Amino acid sequence: MVIDDSRAMRLILRRIVSGLNFDVVEAGNGREALDRLAELEVVPELALIDWNMPEMNGLEFVTAVRADKKYRGMTLMMVTTESEHGQIVRALAAGAHEYVIKPFTPDAIVDKLVMLGLIPDGAHA
Amino acid sequence: MSLAAHEFQFVSGLVRREASIVLEPGKEYLVEARLLPLARKAGLASVTEFLLRAQSPSGRADRDSIVDALTTNETSWFRDREPFTALTDMVIPQLVKARGPARSMRVWSAASSSGQEPYTLAILLKENLPPGWTYEILGTDISTEMLARAERGRYSQLEVNRGLPAPLLVKHFTRVGPEWEVAAPIKKAVSFKRLNLAAPFPPMPTFDVVFLRNVLIYFDVETKRGVLKRIRSLLKPDGWLFLGAAETTMGIDDGFERVVTGRTSAYRPRTGISAPVGVTGKG
Repeated sequence: MVIDDSRAMRLILRRIVSGLNFDVVEAGNGREALDRLAELEVVPELALIDWNMPEMNGLEFVTAVRADKKYRGMTLMMVTTESEHGQIVRALAAGAHEYVIKPFTPDAIVDKLVMLGLIPDGAHA
Repeated sequence: MSLAAHEFQFVSGLVRREASIVLEPGKEYLVEARLLPLARKAGLASVTEFLLRAQSPSGRADRDSIVDALTTNETSWFRDREPFTALTDMVIPQLVKARGPARSMRVWSAASSSGQEPYTLAILLKENLPPGWTYEILGTDISTEMLARAERGRYSQLEVNRGLPAPLLVKHFTRVGPEWEVAAPIKKAVSFKRLNLAAPFPPMPTFDVVFLRNVLIYFDVETKRGVLKRIRSLLKPDGWLFLGAAETTMGIDDGFERVVTGRTSAYRPRTGISAPVGVTGKG
């Protein structure tokens, strides 16, 4: 699941993860993402989450998802311009597994997914 | 735009003499890609002009920068995680048991480049050694420019994005302007020194673990043999050597034994074969 209020950013992230054989669902903010999750039959393995979005921001989304046992298997990765030390700590404390700071290169996303064990090393070569 | 044969010969001869690194024909694109930024930095229009300047008697600094540019690799933190997993799951527990009374460990990152590997090793030792243990990491590289970068211990946003788990970033780095700096306790455990692996080593202490990843691939067989032999002489009899995924000691140095661990291999001195200098007997 790709959650970002920028259509261009959703497209960039969609390209990266669909290239790694993920099926992608998009949402424009945290609220929309929770609605989409409720409709889906299979819980996504991974969510790439922007921080600053209207209606419900990424941190609120992470907190909401972590409070719901149904979504325990979901890996949550923030992908955001928020780059302060304290912000990263807050996101991790709320339950995000990983954090990528914008701007990023596609390799940065791939590296993190390898480290999280979501894709095998070398699968993207 | 492509490199002329004599230009490639000059560059490959230079890095061969200075760093014992073999650039085979076919690597012209690599030379060009690495030298173009140098030419631009020097305010010259082309790699050809830069090489002309480098070949002149006053071109010493340019020649050094060519060696620098062609002997450094892009590195990232835990990106290639298998050797680090082997270190934390197998090597550290074994050595902790064996080094009980001494309670200290010494690790060498033999091609430390911009510093990610030695700092990664220091973070792993800090996180995985029992309380009260001390550790030191030595990072060596042939490139003085890379050593200066590594010693500074500051990394851009793009660099910390590459393979550094966010929980370790916030724990062991501090934000300095747009960059991230390795925190003092980690920095303190790591020292850096210039070393040409292909030449005889200056006096050095012995090590529990040596990381020598993605370096041997650049050397010819004779140089590889010499490097492995010298490293073996500095490795404790029950110490471990880690090579890059595409590298092996097999067929080059029989003094090492390969141990498969998880999805990677590690090497240790074969018992019964004395190391050439300094170390004798079994561990």
